[in-house]
Amino acid sequence: MTPVPDTAPASAQDSPDDVLAVRNLEVAVGGRKLVEDVDFTIRAGERVGLIGESGSGKSLTALSIMGLLPEDLRTTGSVRLAGVDHDLVGADETRMSRVRGKEIAMVFQEPMTALNPTMRVGRQIAEVLLIHRTRPDRASARAAAVELLAQVGLPDPEAAAHAYPHQFSGGQRQRVVLAIALANDPALLVCDEPTTALDVTVQARVLDLIVRGVEDRRSAMLFITHDLAVVATVCERVMVMYGGRVVESGPVREVFTRPRHRYTQGLIGASDLSVVDDRGRLITIGGSVPPAGHFPAGCVFRNRCDSASESCATRPDWRPTGPDSGYACFHPVPENGAHRTGVPMNQEAGRA
Amino acid sequence: MPDQSTSAKLAPGAGTDPVDAISVRDVTRDYRRPRTSLRHPSPPVHALRGVSFAVPQGQRFGIVGESGCGKSTLLRILAGLDRPTSGSVAIDGRDITGLRERQLRFVRERLQLVFQDPMSSLDPRMRVGDIVGEPLVAQGHPNRRERVAELLEAVGLPTDVADRYPHQFSGGQRQRISIARALAPRPKIIVADEPVSALDVSVRAQVLNLIADLVDELSLTLVFVSHDLSVVRHVCDRVAVMHDGQIVETGPTEQVYEEPQHPYTRRLIAAVPTLGKALSGVSAADLNREYRP
Repeated sequence: MTPVPDTAPASAQDSPDDVLAVRNLEVAVGGRKLVEDVDFTIRAGERVGLIGESGSGKSLTALSIMGLLPEDLRTTGSVRLAGVDHDLVGADETRMSRVRGKEIAMVFQEPMTALNPTMRVGRQIAEVLLIHRTRPDRASARAAAVELLAQVGLPDPEAAAHAYPHQFSGGQRQRVVLAIALANDPALLVCDEPTTALDVTVQARVLDLIVRGVEDRRSAMLFITHDLAVVATVCERVMVMYGGRVVESGPVREVFTRPRHRYTQGLIGASDLSVVDDRGRLITIGGSVPPAGHFPAGCVFRNRCDSASESCATRPDWRPTGPDSGYACFHPVPENGAHRTGVPMNQEAGRA
Repeated sequence: MPDQSTSAKLAPGAGTDPVDAISVRDVTRDYRRPRTSLRHPSPPVHALRGVSFAVPQGQRFGIVGESGCGKSTLLRILAGLDRPTSGSVAIDGRDITGLRERQLRFVRERLQLVFQDPMSSLDPRMRVGDIVGEPLVAQGHPNRRERVAELLEAVGLPTDVADRYPHQFSGGQRQRISIARALAPRPKIIVADEPVSALDVSVRAQVLNLIADLVDELSLTLVFVSHDLSVVRHVCDRVAVMHDGQIVETGPTEQVYEEPQHPYTRRLIAAVPTLGKALSGVSAADLNREYRP
């Protein structure tokens, strides 16, 4: 077994600053496409959000980048990571296990299931340092673990290293998970709904720690959530996903103040609880997300969209509006209709 | 100073009944912890410490607080599932604190609960029709099938869902089923414990609209518990902020939101991320910083 060279040539990277380059990513099961044509790049120090409702393919995208999908799901396309000399798609477990926890790390939604309940948290952090041989021996790994616990703001990190996960609160556990993820200064940090299960003040603290953690390391970040406000707070760029496709992307300010895709417009309207229509009701997107593989052909959003027409039965092309921005919609929100993010969508389906 | 008034009444006309739907007086609840020493008992946990408030008929009352503040204990006591250590709780003017299970029947009819997690609060082995109809069985309702169909329609579900199982529905639909079940015994008070925090934004708006509609149509009294002040702000007329087993601030929702008096309320509001705040440049570090006017 040959050791992986520490500084692999960044072959096939588009630019030296690119940390993650995803091209034509597709995840399918039994001929059904769950994620298709996902294409994006994240540069060093860049924080990119991935938003959409449950069932739109966000987590599948993240898991396929991490190589953590179950075996019956087939991933095709290309995922290149700076400092890794092979494609992550199709890489075997041996190679992936050298990348995971080192170049690329993940923070999951549920910190209790992400941690080993039978292991002291200090050892769990030290483990990731020893496995990847980033610290020479147990003693220095232990010291580094305590230092990491201090970095994520746990009071009395020495004592915390000796404790078991159940002795912590949800927010503290998530901070431990973050400490593990940041232990090897990953080039890319993937966060999948890291604060959804937390209280608001705890969420604020964990978000602050995540942002500081990646800023200090100049790591790239892919941040998945269904909470638009969280993405707008944490990220610089955002991709909106629906039906397994990226339907719109661009800088946070642009996408959230001047959305072009009708789905983005709907999401923004629905998440704004201060805007109501003339009957005092919140704006909603009609209907619900279809089960995976049952999205309509053509534009995936057309069965829930007020603006849909016959042309939407064919698939809309990606219309670029900038280097990292664009949308795929035949009937985009007019650009001069600018700030009216609260345009009423469907009134709620099912109720008159 | 936090407003601790216990006799807040709606403007006349909102309810003709002079009796408050819920009145809570100086309720405390202590839990004993398991002994860790042979010599001394462990100190008790004071889950509720002197909580008082009143909800007039027809009001939408919000309770905001974070995990561990005593919200759930308070709800359990309101629903007659737990007893306060001291203090009293009255539902429609009838004291429920000393009552035995059999005598609590009227509470079960008057007050119903909607829980946070629509997956764990619905029996996965029961069909939707049986779930929604179960409270009717307890009441010996004569025309169950019809009433179930009526309820499913009221929450915006097609009536043919009665034969399906909970796992066949999305989170939002399941929450509609929970609401239909809560409405079955024709309650006058609905207590909703974080009913939308497990839902996506678009579905959240749908369910909030549904709750608002039903409260209006059926002239219900609503107690709405959430950790998210912005949701409470949309739904409720009046809000109580809980922290550490106490109500630290109560008042009309808009006033509490715009001019929070208690430092904890300010911190709570400051920590909520919103699109507007984020687009005007508020960072995660700013949310985490304690709010100082």
